[in-house]
Amino acid sequence: MSHTAIQDRPAPVPPSRKGGLSSRSLPRWAPIGFAIVSIALGVGIGIGAGWESRIQWGLISGLIFVTISYVATSIVENKRQAKDRLATSVVWVCFILAIVPLFSLIWVTVSRGIKVLDTYFLTHSMAGVPGIEPGGGVYHAIIGTLEQVGIATVISVPIGLLTAIYLVEYGKGALAKAVTFFVDVMTGIPSIVAGLFILSIMLIADIQPSGLMGSLALAILMTPVVVRSTEEMLKLVPNELREASLALGVPKYRTITKVVIPTALGGITTGVMLAIARIAGETAPIILLVFGSQLINSNPFEGAQSSLPFYIWDQYKIGSEASYDRAWAAALVLIAFVMILNLVARGIARWKAPKTGR
Amino acid sequence: MAKRIDVSGLSAFYGSHKAIEDISMTVEPRSVTAFIGPSGCGKSTFLRTLNRMHEVTPGGRVEGKVLLDDENLYGSAVDPVAVRRTVGMVFQRPNPFPTMSIFDNVAAGLRLNGSYKKNRLAEVVEKSLKGSNLWNEVKDRLNKPGSSLSGGQQQRLCIARAIAVEPDVLLMDEPCSALDPISTLAIEDLIGELKERFTIVIVTHNMQQAARVSDRTAFFNLSAVGQPGKLIEIDETERIFANPSVQATEDYISGRFG
Amino acid sequence: MASTTPIASPPPAPAPPVTRKSTSTGRAGDKVFLGLSRGSGILLLVIMASIAVFLSYRAALAISKDQGNFLTTLDWNPAGNPPVFGIAVLLFGTVVSSIVAMAIAVPIAVGIALFISHYAPRRLAAPLAYVVDLLAAVPSIIYGIWGALFLVPYLEGLNLWLDEFFGWTYIFEKTEIGVARSLFTVGVLLAIMILPIVTSVSREVFLQVPQMNEEAALALGATRWEVIRMSVLPFGRSGVISASMLGLGRALGETMAVATVLSPSFVISLHLLNPGGGTFAQNIAAKFDEANELGRDALIASGLVLFILTLLVNGAARLIIARRKEYSGANA
Repeated sequence: MSHTAIQDRPAPVPPSRKGGLSSRSLPRWAPIGFAIVSIALGVGIGIGAGWESRIQWGLISGLIFVTISYVATSIVENKRQAKDRLATSVVWVCFILAIVPLFSLIWVTVSRGIKVLDTYFLTHSMAGVPGIEPGGGVYHAIIGTLEQVGIATVISVPIGLLTAIYLVEYGKGALAKAVTFFVDVMTGIPSIVAGLFILSIMLIADIQPSGLMGSLALAILMTPVVVRSTEEMLKLVPNELREASLALGVPKYRTITKVVIPTALGGITTGVMLAIARIAGETAPIILLVFGSQLINSNPFEGAQSSLPFYIWDQYKIGSEASYDRAWAAALVLIAFVMILNLVARGIARWKAPKTGR
Repeated sequence: MAKRIDVSGLSAFYGSHKAIEDISMTVEPRSVTAFIGPSGCGKSTFLRTLNRMHEVTPGGRVEGKVLLDDENLYGSAVDPVAVRRTVGMVFQRPNPFPTMSIFDNVAAGLRLNGSYKKNRLAEVVEKSLKGSNLWNEVKDRLNKPGSSLSGGQQQRLCIARAIAVEPDVLLMDEPCSALDPISTLAIEDLIGELKERFTIVIVTHNMQQAARVSDRTAFFNLSAVGQPGKLIEIDETERIFANPSVQATEDYISGRFG
Repeated sequence: MASTTPIASPPPAPAPPVTRKSTSTGRAGDKVFLGLSRGSGILLLVIMASIAVFLSYRAALAISKDQGNFLTTLDWNPAGNPPVFGIAVLLFGTVVSSIVAMAIAVPIAVGIALFISHYAPRRLAAPLAYVVDLLAAVPSIIYGIWGALFLVPYLEGLNLWLDEFFGWTYIFEKTEIGVARSLFTVGVLLAIMILPIVTSVSREVFLQVPQMNEEAALALGATRWEVIRMSVLPFGRSGVISASMLGLGRALGETMAVATVLSPSFVISLHLLNPGGGTFAQNIAAKFDEANELGRDALIASGLVLFILTLLVNGAARLIIARRKEYSGANA
């Protein structure tokens, strides 16, 4: 809200005060013109020099664009305006430079994933399918992902919720400070380290790989995220509500469960869903702890399982055209799953947002 | 230096909402003009149209003319940056740049407008701080951050910053509303001195203040909440407070509403 | 934040039985609830502690059997006789690829954040921010296969180009022929991956710049860039630093994107365009399948180093954020 959209057309300060308030400036369409010219030049140079990769074309175009804008503005207007124009051009180029790969990622995933994605793919496992040949599907991996993520959620949501409640409603003193700090630190643990931690327990206690082990690692990654987001939401609940309830003689725990949590429920749900979306794509712990399988194993407590991200990795490693196709298709399934979770979660957040808002 | 402002038929909008409607008035050079009126009557919005700060607000839009001497601020070739350089502004809450020292705060506007020799810069800073009656209080700690000063001192620092670039007009948006009575008095005295050099327009909630500092007073009002604010009348301050020509002005001044 | 109510605090130790009766259910419920929630907090601390303890224990087992120097050996052969392994290559590769990623990502992320907060047309800004947040949620394995199958071929031309024009800098000299599965490519991919997170944190900070600070600059007749330089960047600097550290934390620990793109080898070379090198996480994922028990412990030992590295980086980021809070709090 504190955001000022500064949308003035930058134009010059008169060189002499006597000159009044207006002076020469580039026409409004100038940046677009510069952009067209520099793209043309970039492509021309690229073709002329025989560079294959369009990355260079883009980089050259960007460079030309920034230079033209700066030079033209300093000639027509003045140095301050030129600097301003330079900054504007650089920011635009940054934006385009970054948006291209990010959209290419989505585009490639969708266009290549759609190739073998059909109901057969979604409802069959890889049982009996040689890796380098077409066929097979992702069913076993979907089962694995759902089960592993489900168990991780069941473990981490209560722990995360209670911890957040402790921090917001009760937390004072050294313990709360320590918990806050280590929750922050935990958020930054690489997934592979969480995997190694469970692995070290498995080595000590001689436990075999299973979906459950993967879930434990995922829960370690998920819990701090749940704590953080729940904490934020609980803090948004106005204190007047708590005081009103307490003043009626309602015990504190009932105030929390009947007043505070319901008020924050929308936000908490959003946080949990975003956390699920985050762990659903984790690959490293699954490689270490669940081991992967080509077969359907619906028992997460015993035996190797697959999961979507693991499946993508596995098919990528096989390295044949057919397996790449399967990897992209699975990637599309995974991305769709994650994106839907995200969209729904953000939708809930918007719906349930406190009316005062930000 | 000081210039006359001629406003004619000016309306300002936030998106589709019309905040002020069809305002015309003349602001005399080397005088203090005060804007008074109930909350929401658009006096601050109007003030911000005088240096094209209104259009900085998302959705902000202006129709009409503002002539500074003979040049229309909203002319098509006019650069808003140049306008703001010519029409300085002091805000409701003191807003020194938090990361800059006292010296750098005052020098900020000068540095934007080109390179000054070091001692020339120091001269202008000193002159501006003297001009805002702050020099004696800060001359030994020019390198301390501007935020280390008291609220009243910060506001005078902001005035020094605004006058350092030698604007033609100085706009003040309730400059004392966040200050204690003693700091307020210091600023009011300062306004009296500054009008020798600048055209000053001040928005205030405090009618005594308007009576004390201004030569002319404009009263703004709105017919109902959600309706655009309008200029009711503008006249010599003495007449507005003693014998206004419009009943609403008298009602407001005598405290019957607002 | 917690409301200051006496109900939660434990009653005076020798609670008089008379008052107890009427509120006994409430009191008991409160105690159970407080116990549960405090217990969860403690559980998290225990987990953190046991991560450190368990990893250290297994790492100690491995290092005690290591016949090479764990810190300096340029080899990873825990199955050999004698077993020899060291993290020098991994540490080098992890740090270098992360530095490349930061060098590319941070300036661009600041640019995008400024674009969204101050340059983009308003109607575009909100959806853009939304898209950037969504991109932060794309799983790393997908960045990985995109990087390996799509980005690597595209970067080959750029590599040749860098070699041709910047070969004299040594780091951009390409001395080995081969596809662009180099630490540099890994850095580029990591940069793309951490862009969304660094952007979205920076954007938040830029949007928090008090409007009156920006108006102060505007009213002096500053251009848009001057407003940003005078009020937005000074205010947002520490926020950008901590955002970068968060990004760095991710880059250091990233597994899949590196494992798919890099063609690993146990050499240290500052020729960043040459294929080869390795990172902690990539090495763990790559060597795990064929590792025996000592091999796994050795990988755990390398994971411990990675753990410490990310702890340091994240800790530093948190410290900066905390200090900034104090700073802006004192100013308000």
